[in-house]
Amino acid sequence: MAIWLTKDSKVIVQGITGSEGSKHTRRMLAAGTHVVGGTNPRKAGQTVDFDGTALPVFATVADAMKETGADVTVIFVPPAFAKAAVIEAIDAEIPLAVVITEGIPVHDTASSWAYNVGKGQKTRIIGPNCPGIASPGAANAGIIPADITGAGRIGLVSKSGTLTYQMMYELSDIGFSTCVGIGGDPVIGTTHIDALAAFQDDPDTDAIVMIGEIGGDAEERAAEFIKANVTKPVVGYIAGFTAPPGKTMGHAGAIISGSSGTAEAKKVALEAAGVKVGKTPSETARLMRELMS
Amino acid sequence: MDLYEYQGRELFDRHGLPVLAGGVATTPEEARAIAERLGGRVVVKAQVKVGGRGKAGGVKLADDAGEAVAHATNILGMDIKGHTVHKVMLTVTADIAEEYYFSYLLDRANRTFLCIASVAGGMEIEQVAEESPDKVAKVAIDASVGVNEAKAREIVAHAAFPADVADQVVDIAVKLWETFVSEDATLVEVNPLAKTDSGQVLCLDAKVTLDANATFRHPEHEELVDQAAVDPLEQRAKEKDLNYVKLDGEVGIIGNGAGLVMSTLDVVAYAGEEYGGVKPANFLDIGGGASAAVMANGLEIVLSDPSVKSVFVNVFGGITACDEVANGIVHALGLLEQRGERVTKPLVVRLDGNNAEAGRAILDGAANALVERVDTMDGAAKRAAELAAAGV
Repeated sequence: MAIWLTKDSKVIVQGITGSEGSKHTRRMLAAGTHVVGGTNPRKAGQTVDFDGTALPVFATVADAMKETGADVTVIFVPPAFAKAAVIEAIDAEIPLAVVITEGIPVHDTASSWAYNVGKGQKTRIIGPNCPGIASPGAANAGIIPADITGAGRIGLVSKSGTLTYQMMYELSDIGFSTCVGIGGDPVIGTTHIDALAAFQDDPDTDAIVMIGEIGGDAEERAAEFIKANVTKPVVGYIAGFTAPPGKTMGHAGAIISGSSGTAEAKKVALEAAGVKVGKTPSETARLMRELMS
Repeated sequence: MDLYEYQGRELFDRHGLPVLAGGVATTPEEARAIAERLGGRVVVKAQVKVGGRGKAGGVKLADDAGEAVAHATNILGMDIKGHTVHKVMLTVTADIAEEYYFSYLLDRANRTFLCIASVAGGMEIEQVAEESPDKVAKVAIDASVGVNEAKAREIVAHAAFPADVADQVVDIAVKLWETFVSEDATLVEVNPLAKTDSGQVLCLDAKVTLDANATFRHPEHEELVDQAAVDPLEQRAKEKDLNYVKLDGEVGIIGNGAGLVMSTLDVVAYAGEEYGGVKPANFLDIGGGASAAVMANGLEIVLSDPSVKSVFVNVFGGITACDEVANGIVHALGLLEQRGERVTKPLVVRLDGNNAEAGRAILDGAANALVERVDTMDGAAKRAAELAAAGV
């Protein structure tokens, strides 16, 4: 078992005919993911071949769900069209929408989130600007290189893609139940807290790695949540101790504003909640290894 | 992107918000022309993206054009908290009866927008919130509805604006929201929003932050970038679509993925503590792909920084396997030579992840004397810091 994405998940790709969409559809299929089709309104009715797997292209998410029983969509459309793609997924009430697209204006993300709330949050949104979600050995929805790790009992939630991969790789022998990349934008659909809650309730997860970075106060709020609700051991890592205030460090959300959003404040909050925080990614992996041995 | 006050004022003006007549000058002569056009008393304000300019002597009243020129001459070139003043804004003056505060901003925690309004304006809103929290109204805005007249009336009632200015503040609240949304801003702040002796409500300051992700639908925002204040290396990196931030250390950093690069800066800074405090010279994320061409562009920028004494290339092979990355590095060094760049600074390369062994073998095979391979991130950071300290 895993959280949100399992071997039974049926995945479609919005933007399946684009270069990123088709490249990663191929990789998701290779990872054993049950990809059942994709959407592109201009190419509806066609099929696309992925190394011998012919996938149907539908006009809309709703059509694709009706025909294939899809319950997960992975969104690869460019920033200018991402809001419409997310709204379409929400309207179709698909249970999980993973938004990979980087560079979406925050007004678009905030208004699609408000739309989702207005519709009763029937869709879990992961991202945007995220690598997606992978349950090793079962399924992969997004661009995480699932082949660098094995299935196991660690849950991982992270704002950063490459740091996620590094952690998956360093702990590949122990293995992961699910790895969730929640994304580096200031407004995201799934937070550290959502993932922590799901891992806490997942019988197949024994311990949790949480990776955060400068900007906002999501890690501080996650620390409060851990203190009150999480009984499984949590190991943490925060990036950006040496980042200067007022500068955006790659991720749109990674910016220290005045005195808020610093790595130090996040580390202090997590440690106060009983989380062991590693000084480097490798030390963080070591802390988890000690916990699991 | 944070705007200067004069840019914010012009933006407000275009969206029909009440601002004082004025203009911006880069020389005392321009200041004279503006002061003469405005006539009478004017205020001369230093344009810097930092608070506390009034206390620093960057805001002066002038009775006539001659005095305005004198103030402009003094203020232009002034240093305010490390920011050199290149422009002054001149506006007509207003007789202020009351000062309020009004802003819209992104509320990350609640994934929506927030209006903060107060009848106690003119000072930092954080200070007001601390001293008299009951005077600060915070009203959540539903991003799918926005601020219409009804919502504006709710804000005005919540913040207890006086009845005699209520209609004007409602009008401003609606127009300011329209500005906030249509310009893709993440902050619009008016402090003070002032009532004059004649009862008119005016935006006397304009603090605006625009969303860099929205530039694709606002090509005109490019013109708001202050080219003179942009670091030349950051400018060159931007032209090559590289995510680069100039820092003040000696170890050049190149990595793939924002989180990994931020982490690399930290690890290098920790390692540098043992070597006389050498620090990272930059943030540079070359993205997941890490192709040879992108690697070459990145190396070129980092190596052209005179303060860089060593370079740490930290790549984790995920989607792009390490053998491809290693080939990229070798090709990049070749490309640089072809471009006539002499590479003389040592490079420490750490490759890990998919096909790490193959990637390392490629680097070893290329046998470039400047390239040193260290296989752990912590070890490589230490070596890069050591080399930078030796080269300083």
